[in-house]
Amino acid sequence: MEATVTTESKEKVWGGGNEPLRASYGKMMMWFFIVSDALTFSGFLVSYGFSRFKFIEIWPIADEVFTHVPFFHGNYPMYYVAFMTFILIMSSVTMVLAVDAGHKMKKTKVTWYMFATIIGGLIFVGSQAWEWATFIKGDYGAVETKGGNILQFVNADTGKRIALEEFATTIPSERDRLERKDAFWFQSEGSLPSYTINEVVEGVKSHPNVLVKTAFFDETGHKKEVLSREESLEALKDAKLVVEGANLTRNEYGHPLFADFFFFITGFHGFHVFSGIVINIIIFFNVIIGTYERRGHYEMVEKVGLYWHFVDLVWVFVFTFFYLV
Amino acid sequence: MSATAHDHGHHHKETFISKYIFSLDHKMISKQYLITGLIMGFIGIAMSLLFRMQIAWPGESFPVFEALLGKWAPDGVMDADIYLALVTMHGTIMVFFVLTAGLSGTFSNLLIPLQIGARDMASGLLNMISYWLFFLSSVVMVISLFVEAGPAAAGWTIYPPLSALPMAQGGSGAGMTLWLVSMAIFIASSLLGSLNYIVTVLNLRTKGMSMTRLPLTIWAFFITAIIGVVSFPVLLSAALLLIMDRSFGTSFFLSDIFIQGEVLHYQGGSPVLFEHLFWFLGHPEVYIVILPAMGIVSEVMATNARKPIFGYRAMIASILAIAFLSTIVWGHHMFVSGMNPFLGSVFTFTTLLIAIPSAVKAFNWITTLWKGNLQFNVGMLFSIGMVSTFITGGLTGIILGDSALDINVHDTYFVVAHFHLVMGISAIYGLFAGVYHWFPKMFGKMMNKNLGYVHFWLTAIAAYGVFFPMHFVGMAGLPRRYYQNTAFPMFDDLTDIQVVMTSFALLAGLAQLVFVYNFIHSIFYGKKATQNPWDATTLEWTTPVEHIHGNWPGEIPEVHRWAYDYSKTNENGEYVIAGQDYVPQTVPLQPNEEELNH
Repeated sequence: MEATVTTESKEKVWGGGNEPLRASYGKMMMWFFIVSDALTFSGFLVSYGFSRFKFIEIWPIADEVFTHVPFFHGNYPMYYVAFMTFILIMSSVTMVLAVDAGHKMKKTKVTWYMFATIIGGLIFVGSQAWEWATFIKGDYGAVETKGGNILQFVNADTGKRIALEEFATTIPSERDRLERKDAFWFQSEGSLPSYTINEVVEGVKSHPNVLVKTAFFDETGHKKEVLSREESLEALKDAKLVVEGANLTRNEYGHPLFADFFFFITGFHGFHVFSGIVINIIIFFNVIIGTYERRGHYEMVEKVGLYWHFVDLVWVFVFTFFYLV
Repeated sequence: MSATAHDHGHHHKETFISKYIFSLDHKMISKQYLITGLIMGFIGIAMSLLFRMQIAWPGESFPVFEALLGKWAPDGVMDADIYLALVTMHGTIMVFFVLTAGLSGTFSNLLIPLQIGARDMASGLLNMISYWLFFLSSVVMVISLFVEAGPAAAGWTIYPPLSALPMAQGGSGAGMTLWLVSMAIFIASSLLGSLNYIVTVLNLRTKGMSMTRLPLTIWAFFITAIIGVVSFPVLLSAALLLIMDRSFGTSFFLSDIFIQGEVLHYQGGSPVLFEHLFWFLGHPEVYIVILPAMGIVSEVMATNARKPIFGYRAMIASILAIAFLSTIVWGHHMFVSGMNPFLGSVFTFTTLLIAIPSAVKAFNWITTLWKGNLQFNVGMLFSIGMVSTFITGGLTGIILGDSALDINVHDTYFVVAHFHLVMGISAIYGLFAGVYHWFPKMFGKMMNKNLGYVHFWLTAIAAYGVFFPMHFVGMAGLPRRYYQNTAFPMFDDLTDIQVVMTSFALLAGLAQLVFVYNFIHSIFYGKKATQNPWDATTLEWTTPVEHIHGNWPGEIPEVHRWAYDYSKTNENGEYVIAGQDYVPQTVPLQPNEEELNH
């Protein structure tokens, strides 16, 4: 490959007067790449909307799902995701400042603003990891019925959600635990729910102040309601399994498609942010060693800036559709 | 400028690897695309011949089946599973690998820099990566033919659940996984290629080459690349969600499925969602296939009719209109998916609108031929053939685009006949027209004209022989993709016509061997090409026959006129350049000469 022959310095070839759109080919490529990537995200978001409206009656309410803030206990709906969004948007601001400093050829300023952008990105990705972990762990636990409906539990006196461990009974049962050496063909069983379905049902029966809360749809629209004691026991007859937290097949907050799309779309976006951070770090070191100073312009900073703003813009849509509406 | 230009003319020392394998030169990359595309094409055509034989002579034993299909054809009788797999892989290979990458990749790479006056593509490196990703995806697709349980067999549209449940059928396992991997690589390749084409056309045109002086080939490639950038990413969305369903247990496209009495855990997904995502790519895809062929035909036809293309600006406008409409008609593939009839009529409306720009193009080609001084070169014959098949296939498109009529013939051979004529055969004719026309530019040799005539006439007769009767078979109600129809007495009358169609298909396959011989023979022993063998006006014929880096030895020529000054006369009724019925784009306007551009 060292004998590569190419037409060097494309810029000099252009002889057609004003350059179209006054942009270099690299910047234009970045724009068209962004168009393309935007359509991939659109495909996901449209699919999300399609599925959400199909199950509008049992779709989880984001305010009830994302209520945690690290190091604090209590109910803070959306506080943390609002913080994440603010950080990401601020990192876009520092990116703009870096690009601007690049136009003025101020190397030190570009370095510091790039650094701030990278830190912002890292905080965002870290927060997202924490939010995933919280979502996967879940908080109260629920029961899924044969029809795929999710039954949650509330305290009849306070009206507040209660966790399974507060009422579930313990019914000892015999289980053989096999290990790899016991069998020719072995698959580990993964993690079991903390309680069996019978333990939860018996727990409800023995605690008269536990009621079932479930989602349904009537002529007035989407409702989430606490059932009466009789209705609660009736609903539990269809109980199929215990769900704790959320994963790609189960979701204690409601329909599993909510979790599927949440993991997939925020994951795909997080992957973009992560790639952006990696690219930003590469550019950051190039700035430090003076590559662009020698080149006479900071256009590379501008190109990664375009990408970074795009990733932020996508987050604005994800935030709107997953958390706000 | 002249200093850099001088460097380009100078030959650097090249190794075999940098010249023929990891080449950054657009002309070499174009040849790589062509050869890869042709090889994939012959695999695809051979598959179609095999399953055509099964349809014509169901259950019959053929030694060729046993030789080629091995365990899939015990005692030479084709297995039903491999029949479905062959149909699937034929569609996949022909649509994506031959008519998308093979056609666009070859001619966009060859012609964009040469016809706009650029030294090379905007980024030679991305261009090389784009080709090698295409090569890799071809290899993965071919490897999928050899997996234990068979290649993908869910149809080229890979609808779930056949594509989403690994245990659904033989081809749903490793074969389907490789299919998806191959397509993901293919999409990356297509994206890199398209970015390069778009940016090169916008940014690297030579002096004087305004957008309204571009040859129609360039307009077609440019818009094709834009459609690709807009529609392929949505297929990527669908493919990624499908991979999640297959391998990670999500339920995007799957819902409430029982297999052998066992309930799977999936709930709530929708296969119709996949259809929407797929066809949002799938419909623009047919224009990605046909637009480059249209551009090539416009160029070859004007050159060989020795007349300006009729309605140059109308041609550009119709390309733009087709590109826009192509993104809002995908629902017409789904009329029977249970969509709201009102929505169906909206899609009918937008679909029938496409007939307008398509008719503009067809009439413009016919008018270009009108009173022309026609040169019946092989490229010209294929161009005229393309207009013929495009009109024939387009007329049935009006029937299928109407939801009320479509429901009667949906998923029958009528559809197969329609899309093979309007995009399959038409695009292949465009490809052949391009190969015969630009072969001298690619390889510096001429192809044998007489063998070309044999190739064209055999192909033209055989193609209509296959697909014309197929309309009637479809109207009789025969469903597509069925392994055999012997169980339905209502179709017994159709067996003879199936034999006729298959015979023509075999003839068409044989005709392509003539092309292969001619192609390979001409590369090595063909007559040496002259500088401008077809007396064309465009810039690529001003470059030396021997390929050099940077295309032009000196400065890049300046352009002074559009690409269609054929048979142009001055006020005295004489040719603008005495004794020459064409004026190259590089010739400045003569005194008193008016610039044509309409």
